[in-house]
Amino acid sequence: MRNVTPKKGRLAMVRQFLAILCVAMLCAPVMAQAQQGPLRLEINDGIIEPLPFALPTFQAETPNAGEMANQISALVAQDLTGTGLFRQIGSDAFISNVSAFSAPVQFPDWRAINAQALITGAVSVDGSGQVVVKFRLYDVFSGNELGQGLQFVGTTQGWRRIAHKVADVVYERITGEGPYFDSRIVFVGETGPKNDRRKRLGIMDYDGANTQYLTDSSAIVLAPRFSPNGDRVLYTSYETGFPRIYVLNIGSVNRRALDVPDGTMSFAPRFAPNGQTVVFSLTTGGNTDLYTLDINSGQRTRLTSTPAIETAPSYSPDGSQIVFESDRSGSPQIYVMPAGGGEARRLSNGAGRYGTPVWSPKGDLIAFTKQNNGRFHIGVMRTDGSEERLLTASFLDEGPTWSPNGRVIMFTRETQGENGAPALYSVDISGRNLKKVRTDTAASDPSWSPLQR
Amino acid sequence: MKTLTKATLLIGALALAACTNADRFGDGTDGTNLNGAGANTGVDPNAVGVGALDPSSPEYFNQTVGNKVLFAVDQSTLTAEGRQTLAGQAAWLQANPSYIAVIEGHADEQGTREYNLALGARRSNAVREYLVSQGIAGSRMRTLTYGKERPLAACSTEACYAQNRRAVTIISAGGLS
Repeated sequence: MRNVTPKKGRLAMVRQFLAILCVAMLCAPVMAQAQQGPLRLEINDGIIEPLPFALPTFQAETPNAGEMANQISALVAQDLTGTGLFRQIGSDAFISNVSAFSAPVQFPDWRAINAQALITGAVSVDGSGQVVVKFRLYDVFSGNELGQGLQFVGTTQGWRRIAHKVADVVYERITGEGPYFDSRIVFVGETGPKNDRRKRLGIMDYDGANTQYLTDSSAIVLAPRFSPNGDRVLYTSYETGFPRIYVLNIGSVNRRALDVPDGTMSFAPRFAPNGQTVVFSLTTGGNTDLYTLDINSGQRTRLTSTPAIETAPSYSPDGSQIVFESDRSGSPQIYVMPAGGGEARRLSNGAGRYGTPVWSPKGDLIAFTKQNNGRFHIGVMRTDGSEERLLTASFLDEGPTWSPNGRVIMFTRETQGENGAPALYSVDISGRNLKKVRTDTAASDPSWSPLQR
Repeated sequence: MKTLTKATLLIGALALAACTNADRFGDGTDGTNLNGAGANTGVDPNAVGVGALDPSSPEYFNQTVGNKVLFAVDQSTLTAEGRQTLAGQAAWLQANPSYIAVIEGHADEQGTREYNLALGARRSNAVREYLVSQGIAGSRMRTLTYGKERPLAACSTEACYAQNRRAVTIISAGGLS
């Protein structure tokens, strides 16, 4: 798939202009609700009312493109409404219909039904199965196009990715934030009873479509983690009978064990932003400490040396720091230290136990698991430990992972009891829009990929 | 009917004990006999099939000596009961030097996956260190953690959690890989 008409320069200018304008107008939480001013959704905690958009079914420009146009249109709309930030206006409310992609837009007809954004598009499919999708985004109330028309080229098999790409551009242009729809999730698919669960690595689109399995379930596999560019996955497997870290190439599905000393156990791996260093927990003699391993050179470095448990490490996006979990104070808490090791500073300071800290891709927040009064929560805090906010509460929530734009957190929620089972959920960092992610089987330990290219 | 159940249990235990694959999750008992032998008690004359067991057999170790010790929440400190069971394990391992042991540490589900892996490692190591202190060569033992991945009891109450916070000594004939 290629982006045929990149308009990065102009888009950036538009966005900068909008941002300046927004500041000048002391924009309200929901900028787009103001009927003067440009179409711009300022995403912050103040958003209550989703932005209404109209998306007439994309035009089929070749005779065989009708079904494809329907599917792509529906998926673009689904991506947008799925964020909780947008609301689709039903086509039964439409006054004017788009008869051709190039036809002039009747803005008054779209204003009349309160559509703030209008997305038009056209789909063609040629004999070889190549799909071309063109689209335009309009700011209805200003009567202008937002950005310029774009087209994406792909295949009929890859139609979902094309739709996600379109939705990504719309999302980015309206919010000014990076998007996340064209991304994937690697996770653990689970079957079987609670005391003999079968686990295998799966990979799927962010919305649960296109699931494929990367391992069989002959050995327990745990907690896969994407590499920074999404080409590899680190995970823990019991295939030798003992927990050990492997790195798996997603394209070839080849895997190899990371080099660790004999008689040790290793788990909780995560890549550094350089994609070459892995930080992980290594257990020797019952004591678990943090180490790094350079995958290419094999050089291993010990980062912590305490009798406490040190685990669940995660790098800051600039690679300079590592946030991790330790029970050195007597209960599991969150600490941060320089990426090369050294003195650690405690970040968590509320009641309860804290674990699995994960630095946000924007670098501004740390997501974590919290256990307090018999309940589990997914929460976020600033990187200095302040402004803790709990986003969820249940019998067992754990293991947050960030969307590529740092806007959404996916995690594992496990129900209680003998028939309890895990499922994947996502929640906006505002705490809104909690929803279950569709998976073929019970699932746990999601890791969100970067945006695909 | 009762005899049949006992026979089935015994066969089950034998079948498990015969397996030397390191990748195993059970505690060697059937799981239906939690309050009998194997649960931190020393010799239990009421244990299933005890009369028929050869004292040098793995079944005897699992059922009569007891292959499992339990822990308090978040703890890896051995209880008095646990030490008593382990003294029995040490004596058995001394008497049966051809056997080696993999010690599995487990946690209940109240904790994150990663923390529970580390906690299970602490528990299995506590058992190993105690057995070493009782004269068992460290080279005959290897520790393993399952964290919360292989609960023995599936309910989500303390009654089950208490059974899941455990370390299980899995013996087998032959060397450690």
